[in-house]
Amino acid sequence: MTEKINIKAIDILLVEDNPGDVRLTREALKEGKVLNSLHVVGDGIEALEFLRHEGEYATAAHPDIILLDLNLPRMDGRELLAKIKTDPKLRRIPVVILTTSKAEEDIIKTYDLHANCYITKPVDLDQFITVVKSVEEFWFTIVKLPPDRK
Amino acid sequence: MANTEFVILLVEDNSADVRLTQEALASGKIRHELHVVRNGEDAISFLRQQVPYIESPRPDMILLDLNLPRKDGREVLKEIKEDHNLKSIPVIILTSSEAEEDILKTYDLHANGYIVKPVDIDQFFRVIREIKEFWMSIVMLPAHESKGSLSSDRD
Repeated sequence: MTEKINIKAIDILLVEDNPGDVRLTREALKEGKVLNSLHVVGDGIEALEFLRHEGEYATAAHPDIILLDLNLPRMDGRELLAKIKTDPKLRRIPVVILTTSKAEEDIIKTYDLHANCYITKPVDLDQFITVVKSVEEFWFTIVKLPPDRK
Repeated sequence: MANTEFVILLVEDNSADVRLTQEALASGKIRHELHVVRNGEDAISFLRQQVPYIESPRPDMILLDLNLPRKDGREVLKEIKEDHNLKSIPVIILTSSEAEEDILKTYDLHANGYIVKPVDIDQFFRVIREIKEFWMSIVMLPAHESKGSLSSDRD
């Protein structure tokens, strides 16, 4: 099978407050075959600033995809999801929920809010890495992500 | 995952693509139940459990072509994602169109993912298997109790 060579790195916004999970995600993404650039924010308010190019994020990259934890300080991930998916400029960005929650309520609610998919973070480290790589495989090599258009 | 079969609705009018998709899905280990409709109107009737689809199960996932007779795939997508009862069902666009306009428009309409059908058969198989692998064993989907008609078990 031919390897894909991506000239443009995929910009990923990771919204995650747990430093351990941030590190693991970063490691897993580095090991993959698709060139990517990982941007990390620790809460929902910072995420919005990043996405809206406000303050220190005035020249931030436009993410091709967002990995979103649900339980975040300052602004809950569910609220952030709602804001992203009702914003005419941001709603097209795929949002992958990556959370410890298995609650049916969370699953239904986030799909209703138009999360693109919902994944429960495995507790096991190896499985966590496998899952992140699966996300990469599916979203970066199989799916066509929305082209960047201002 | 629930004990019940994973139900996939394929909305596709091209017979060869239907056949290929069926074969590609069947080649995996995970059990699934595939339903096929060939046009946009039937897709909506199936999802709303209207005649002649009164007994139809609720899909866990929809694979949706864009260029369909009777009702265009873009219109079907819009109706699904604006319907309070249907919008939580993941819809993966599976189309030959690579047009940026289509990609943007369908993501704006809340398509869960957009995939261009590979021309190469081996690649096509690979893509279908990846979809299955990802959505059936990695992703969490809403569980649902009611399969079938309105008179079936409800809370």
